[in-house]
Amino acid sequence: MKLLSGNEAIARGAYEYGVQVATGYPGTPSSEIMENVARYDEIYAEWSTNEKVAMDTAIGACYAGKRAMVAMKSVGMNVAADSFFYAVYTGVRGGLVIVAADDPGMFSSQNEQDNRQYGRFAKMPVLEPSDSQESKDFVGAALELSEQWDTPVLLRTVMRISHSASPVGLGERTADDAAPTPPLKRDPHRLVCTCVWAKHQHPLIEERLKKLAEFANSYPLNRLEWGERKLGIVAAGAVYNYAREIFPQASFLKLGMSYPLPPALIRELAEGVEQLLVIEELDPFFEEQIKAMGIACRGKDVFPAYGELTPAVIEKLAAEAGLLPPEAVSEERQLPLPELPGRSPIFCPGCPHRSTFYALGNKMKDVIVAGGIGCYNLGALPPFDATDTMGAMGASIGVAHGFDVAGIPDRFTAVIGDSSFFHAGIPPLLNIVHNGSNANVVILDNQTTAMTGHQDHPGIGENLRGERAPKVEIEALVRACGVSDVHKVNAFDVKAVQQTFEKALAFDGPSVVIVEGPCFFVGPGASGAYEVDTDACIACGACFRLGCPAIVRSDEVNAKTGKPKAKIDPVLCVGCDMCAQVCTSDAIHPLE
Amino acid sequence: METVNFMITGVGGQGTILASDILAAVGLAAGYDVKKSDILGLAVRGGAVLGHIRWGEQVHSPIVPEGRVDYLLAFEILEGLRRLDQVHVGGTVLINQQEIHPASVTSGLAAYPDRDAANEALNVAVERVYHIPGLGMAQNLGNARVLNVVLIGALSGLLPVEPTVWESVLGERVPARYKELNIRAFRSGREWIEERR
Repeated sequence: MKLLSGNEAIARGAYEYGVQVATGYPGTPSSEIMENVARYDEIYAEWSTNEKVAMDTAIGACYAGKRAMVAMKSVGMNVAADSFFYAVYTGVRGGLVIVAADDPGMFSSQNEQDNRQYGRFAKMPVLEPSDSQESKDFVGAALELSEQWDTPVLLRTVMRISHSASPVGLGERTADDAAPTPPLKRDPHRLVCTCVWAKHQHPLIEERLKKLAEFANSYPLNRLEWGERKLGIVAAGAVYNYAREIFPQASFLKLGMSYPLPPALIRELAEGVEQLLVIEELDPFFEEQIKAMGIACRGKDVFPAYGELTPAVIEKLAAEAGLLPPEAVSEERQLPLPELPGRSPIFCPGCPHRSTFYALGNKMKDVIVAGGIGCYNLGALPPFDATDTMGAMGASIGVAHGFDVAGIPDRFTAVIGDSSFFHAGIPPLLNIVHNGSNANVVILDNQTTAMTGHQDHPGIGENLRGERAPKVEIEALVRACGVSDVHKVNAFDVKAVQQTFEKALAFDGPSVVIVEGPCFFVGPGASGAYEVDTDACIACGACFRLGCPAIVRSDEVNAKTGKPKAKIDPVLCVGCDMCAQVCTSDAIHPLE
Repeated sequence: METVNFMITGVGGQGTILASDILAAVGLAAGYDVKKSDILGLAVRGGAVLGHIRWGEQVHSPIVPEGRVDYLLAFEILEGLRRLDQVHVGGTVLINQQEIHPASVTSGLAAYPDRDAANEALNVAVERVYHIPGLGMAQNLGNARVLNVVLIGALSGLLPVEPTVWESVLGERVPARYKELNIRAFRSGREWIEERR
């Protein structure tokens, strides 16, 4: 037995069950799946430019007869949706498993969508593991189902499965990796989803779902666990384990397949217990379908359709609903704690984004900022408070263009990271050129996909397999899109960054500023800490507005103003020099 | 046996993840069922991090139930205080005497908790508190980054698993050239707690 996280176990499942092609786009909490898949040389692994590209690539590989896997975070499914919908119609040859890692509790996502709905929406089966062993096993089960039923299968995890670890038994790989790939078997009537052919598939898909529901009644991944007959609980995934611990005496229907549901098993449980309870995170996905079967149950009248259903939440709400004795709930401790300040994440010491948001949040406060997904979204938080909108990958450029066509009187700009630009920024950039927009775009090129753990992208020059790849130059790409006003500026030159923004904003027509500077974690490393000369420091606070974790308040104050002087933590400082540049009294220098 | 519940908390960059990995792996090596869950926070550095680790005969949930932490290992004072209400009265807190000021404190919007008030809360909350000068101990060994192993060494002194098991798990998880340093860090933490236990 080996202790694996859910994501490591899914990667191990891909290995053991003979996946030969695996693709994905990084996103918390899914990123470690592909990072671990890439460690198995037998599997072709790639970070694709976005989730839709990853999906199409996996679909192509499965048409060629290979077992394929594609992995992404919750909202990645929205990007990929256009493609998995058609794959349900064309069917598969090699098994195709789509892994989506949801984020109940919104630890690092812009919404709390429940991707089980995509199973029903696209009409494909959904499997949900409840620990790491199942995470591995269900990859195999999903591939088998996929091949047996000629459909992609969605393997849905949540953050608590992906980022929790439990013991896993390991097996051998089953694929014949030496076998040559045969020529593609052509079958346009199946693989060309033109309406005249594809419409014959739809009735077959509906029929397949009915048969799958019948099959689910005897599918070993769904199991009835009889306990006392007072309370019967339907649960899946992480929540099943919490419920087992909180209701050790209850009877359970543990669902490994979340869609389609097994009607006979649900009826058997409902008829065998006094009261039926559905415990599920997010949407009332099981509950509505169970109620539609004419079976009475409790669910969202007890538990909310939002947030993580932690053991604490389940215990408390179940007790309030009379499903648990009040004494089973541990009381919240009331301790004489001092006031505890929050700790929101901030740009790391040496982060290249700091100068952009120092400019936009201090010197150019009038500028409306359309933001995007990535570390640079921290520009929305104090001390910058610079970002005005943020919704999705690549959205900023379109939103800024919307400001332009709406005719807002303000100055405005879009900011987008390099990986986001490759992911979803090129079509909206073409759009502003094509439609003569006056939108301004700032591309923050930190030469990595930083927020999710420093994955590669087309601008890096190396791919996930460690091979050298052509380094796509953002400037050339932007010019090829038809933008003529293109500026490049060094992220670590604070004044130049602001001056370049001013210049680009003054241009009549679409303009792009590329702010270049590597993320500290992929750059050349620390270049020696700085220190504050407290005699020279006048406590103006300019360096505090950089929001650097290495710059803290000193115990010394300016005698006249009473304001605290600055000091630099030499352990955290990496010597990026930005604080020395904004210092108004020349008090910050490299440590002797 | 009763399930043993651990919580590890600190600030991103302090090495809490390796500490929770080691703690979980030692539980497995000692023959327990183990579950572990990490909340990594948004930032690579600077955000709060939290790990739940549970050892037992059969552990269902990877999350420690509300208020039932047996051992809280806090890498930083503020983060330790933040999770203090999760520890039961009979529990143990091992708290590294290090302050890392969040941005709200640096910008003057909030104050870092007063040390006396913090100590009072700790004394009221639990039976056993160990205030360990972990960063200084790590720096004395020549590398601030072994703080996490110093703290794990200290925690190990309170648990019924042989030091050889800890050291072998540790040796598998650190680069070979730092193995000797990490073993020294582990032993210095363990000795510190054994003198005070």
